[in-house]
This record gives sequence, structure tokens and C-alpha cells, in this order.
Amino acid sequence: MHVGMLLQMAADGMGDRVALGRVSDGITMAELATRARRAGTVLAGMPGERVAMVDLNSEAVPIALFGATLAGKPFVPINYRLTDEQLRDLVRRTAPATVITGEGVAERLGRIPGIEMIDRKEFLDRTADTSVEEADPYAGDPDSVAVLLYTSGTTGAPKAAVLRNRNLTSYVISTVEFAGAGEDEAAVVSVPPYHIAGISSVLSSTYSGRRVVHLETFEPRVWADVVRAEAVTHAMVVPTMLNRILDMVAGDDRGLPSLRSLSYGGGPMPSAVIERAMALLPGVGFVNAYGLTETASTIALLGPDDHRQAHASEDPELRARLASVGRPLPTVEVVIRDVDGTVLGPGTRGEIWVRGEQVAGEYEGHGAGADDGWFNTRDEGHLDEGGFLFVHGRLDDVIVRGGENLSPGEIETALLEHPSVAAAAVVGIPDPDWGEKVVAAVVPAEGAVVDEDELRDFVRGALRSTRTPERIEIRDDLPFSETGKLLRRVLREELAERFG
Amino acid sequence: MSVAVELKPGVRLRSAVGETEVVVIKTPTGAVDLKCGGHPVVPIGDEPPAGLSAEPGFDGGTLIGKRYTDGTGELELLCSKGGTASLSVGAKLLVLKDAKPLPSSD
Repeated sequence: MHVGMLLQMAADGMGDRVALGRVSDGITMAELATRARRAGTVLAGMPGERVAMVDLNSEAVPIALFGATLAGKPFVPINYRLTDEQLRDLVRRTAPATVITGEGVAERLGRIPGIEMIDRKEFLDRTADTSVEEADPYAGDPDSVAVLLYTSGTTGAPKAAVLRNRNLTSYVISTVEFAGAGEDEAAVVSVPPYHIAGISSVLSSTYSGRRVVHLETFEPRVWADVVRAEAVTHAMVVPTMLNRILDMVAGDDRGLPSLRSLSYGGGPMPSAVIERAMALLPGVGFVNAYGLTETASTIALLGPDDHRQAHASEDPELRARLASVGRPLPTVEVVIRDVDGTVLGPGTRGEIWVRGEQVAGEYEGHGAGADDGWFNTRDEGHLDEGGFLFVHGRLDDVIVRGGENLSPGEIETALLEHPSVAAAAVVGIPDPDWGEKVVAAVVPAEGAVVDEDELRDFVRGALRSTRTPERIEIRDDLPFSETGKLLRRVLREELAERFG
Repeated sequence: MSVAVELKPGVRLRSAVGETEVVVIKTPTGAVDLKCGGHPVVPIGDEPPAGLSAEPGFDGGTLIGKRYTDGTGELELLCSKGGTASLSVGAKLLVLKDAKPLPSSD
């Protein structure tokens, strides 16, 4: 199976449905497939072995993604928010390549050896040119690389995760029902194209027949306006987006009447936020999706019924599941192992390992890191008796204080239990006596005043004293990437400066 | 006439008697006597023998986007184009794969 075939099937089976844009003047599935086939010819004829893209969301994203796979070249969407230097560095790493550029990007890149540029408008014009020959929609090798995604690199230099056609198609075929979306369904996509959720939304929406409305970038007011104007039924957001959407919805009384499903993922979601969301948007089914770039998107999910059951339960163990990422997909195996590789039973924390057709676990230049198909997510987690998966954070973020491993997630959860805390982050900074010491940064809830000593006592009461932050910085916000990932490296540097 | 073929994931095949096209998703080891409309399927690109029509009992049809299995879970095909004839291994009709829809997560 090949990514291009997913689109061709959608065009054959539901060609008249609007795939992209507004109902009145959007691009149909059949038109999208035609333009992708032309893009296949255009991109095959351009120099380089890859097709990179440095641009905001638009209809050019799906056309370029499908077109690149039909051209037999990996699609490499790159973060336009990087500094000029970081951006040029990543683009240089994709050479030899053709880069589709958004506004102002060509100027930022300058001349780079092995890089040919085409701007979005010219690219779209050529895919609309009926004299351009159409590529074979069925050509393509399932083993070939469909997408290269630079992982966010919150702890180190970005690595290029390799997603092959078979990884992405097996994810889509096993999780999405072909033409399963109702004709009235529409999704708003506000995650950027260089995020795995931006890629999977293109594929899943196409295969299910769900119309997609792209937002160039996320802004809560614009997001809500589009949901209301376009009768959007489905959306995917990262946790930082959800909180801002809720602030906005709470601020006017119009609600989001068309919205039926809101999925979230990409980072830990505080229980308080999801409870607030369920109260403010009672008509919406919430889906918590857990996945990594390296696993071609979602590998576990907590569905709407799971949310409702957990929320309504008096049993603390069942209620706790609201903070879980649900159960693994039927096509994916998940186990928890200790550092020696021993499989651990329910309730015990360890490393989350995953196996399945969609799991790529491969980086450019390193080959597959997988062991008998098993991929170590480097996330810490545990399974409960019912098979619900809890994710506690990145193992790379673990703080080692005097030989004891401390999980920032656990301490953050304890901080968030305090009513005056809206957001919290915990990191380890160098310490001459202990190797590392625990420090925290918290954002007060609206109108609340946080007392550092009182908050430290509060955490000490909930956890052991070794897990109590030695210092807590009170601040207005935390450093997040625009896809909602806490930039721990940045925070660590700032707190080391202050408390080191 | 029965020509069992070696299948492998990703291989595309078409019916000799109708529009049906399939992609192999999963396959058992060894040859599979895969038919559509009671006649052996042919690789995409090959011209099927002329003048064939679906045998009685093998004319229920296929639907685009549906997955078909042999019931053991060892053979799984994705129908990439629907048609009027039915898929079978030998004389045993393939069945629709029963998959519980998952909530949309992207």
C-alpha cells in the first residue's frame, strides 16, 4: 500500500465530496486527486531527491504530500517558526531537494547548495494547469519513505524520523473506516504541517471522506469563528490550544454547537482542564490520543465513552483513568519494561514499548532502532488492571538526585493539585552535592497568589521530601513550543540561571 | 482452471470478470488460490482471459474500502475498486472484516 492510493480510492469512491475548504467553493476529492497526480509529475521533474515544505497550512499541504509520494520522493515539512539559522540548517540537511516555500521564506533561506525553491503559488498554479501530465496514482513502493519529520528536539538536536508508506497506510487502513465520515462532517486542522498530527489528519480525513478546513496558524478566536462559520464537527488540538479555546468559549455564550468530537494529544493534559472542557462543552465527545512521530500518530486512545465513565465514577481507580491515554489500538501492542528489558505487570512504572505495522521507530542515518519490531518510546508509563495506559513523561527528563530517579510528571501533578496553580513544570538543575536538584516554575491561577513556602509544604505533604522542589519560581507563563510541547531545555537553562 | 499464486503485502490484483481490484494486506505463507467471480485473479497490468463471467454463487460483489479475510485472519485484502463479483479462496467465499470503528483521533 502506498499513501497515494489512499487518495485515489477516495477519489474513486467519493469523488464528489468536498475534500478541502468551504462547501460552496472547496476542492472535491476528485479534484484533489487530479491535482496531486499533476503535482507528482511536477515534483518528479524538479531537482533533488526530496520535497521539503516551509509554509503555513493551506490546500498546498495535502497536494504536496500526496504529490511527493506519487513522485517517489519523501515529503519533508519543516518548522517555519525556527530561527533563520536553525531553518537553514534543517533545509541544508534535506539537500538535494526542492523546497516549496511560503511567503518570505525564500528570502530567509537565501541560496543553499543543492536546494531548488518553488513558491506555494507557482506550485499550486502548476497543479491546476491541465496541460501537465498526470502521474500514475498507483505507482510507488510500500517500503519507500513517504515522510521525514524532524522531531521537536526539546532535549537535543532535531532528528529526522522516517515514516515509510507502509507505516502510514497501515495506520490509516486499520484505524479509519473508508468513507466512514458522514457527508456533513468537517474537520478544522490547526496543527502545523510539520507535526505528525498535521500529516495524519490529511490522510485520515481523506480516507474517511471528511472535509478539511485548514487554519493557517492557531489563534483561538479565529479557530472558534471557523468552527461556527463552517459547521465544523471534528477538531484536534494540543493541550495549550484547548485551554485557550476554553477561555474564549467561557467568555462568550455562543458555545460550539456544531462540534461533536474534539481530540487532544501531543502532551500531558491536566485533569482540571479536561474536566473544565467537559463541563463547558457537554455536547462534545472528547478523545485523548497518545502517539509519537515515530509511531505514525496515535497508538492509544481514550474515547468519549471512556471519558464519561471515568468522569462519572466514584471509584478513585476508575476516575483516575480520565488522566490516562486510554487503551492501545487493537492493531498495536504495548508493554511496560524495566531498564533491563523485563516486562512489568499492571501498576508498575517503566519504559513504554510499542510494536505494530504502523510503528516506524526509525531515524535518518540510524536505521530502525526497533528490537524484534519493538520500539522504545522513551516515555515513562504504566498500565492499570484494565489495560489503560498512563504516561508520566519523557525518560530523558527524569531527574537524578543523589542516585534517586525522580519523575517530573509526578511532582508537576502534585503542584497542579493546589488550587492556586494553573500550570507547573519541574526540572533538574546541576547541584554540587546531589548531582541534580529539583526546581519548579508555576503559573498562578487567575486572581490567585502563590506562596512559595506554602506550595513546597503542600508538595511535601503529598510526596516524599526528596521530591519537593527546593525552589519554585512564580511566573506569568511557561515556555511552550507552538505545538504545545514544554521546552524543558529552555526552562532548565532559565531556572539554572536563577537558582543554580 | 486453478492457478494458485504467491501473494505478498502490497501486491495489487484484479478480477478477471469485473471491476474489482484488491491490494494484499496480509497473506499466509505459500500459494493462495485467490479467485474473484470463481475465476483466478490476475496481477494488475496483465490482460485477463476474455469472455469470462462470474460463476453462480460468486456474484455478490465487492465494496471499495472494505477489507476481506478468509476467516482465519491469515489472509487480508483491501478492496481498492469495487465490482460485481465476489472474492474467494478456492470455493470458499471471503468475508468482510468486522472492525469496530474507532473514534477519530486526528
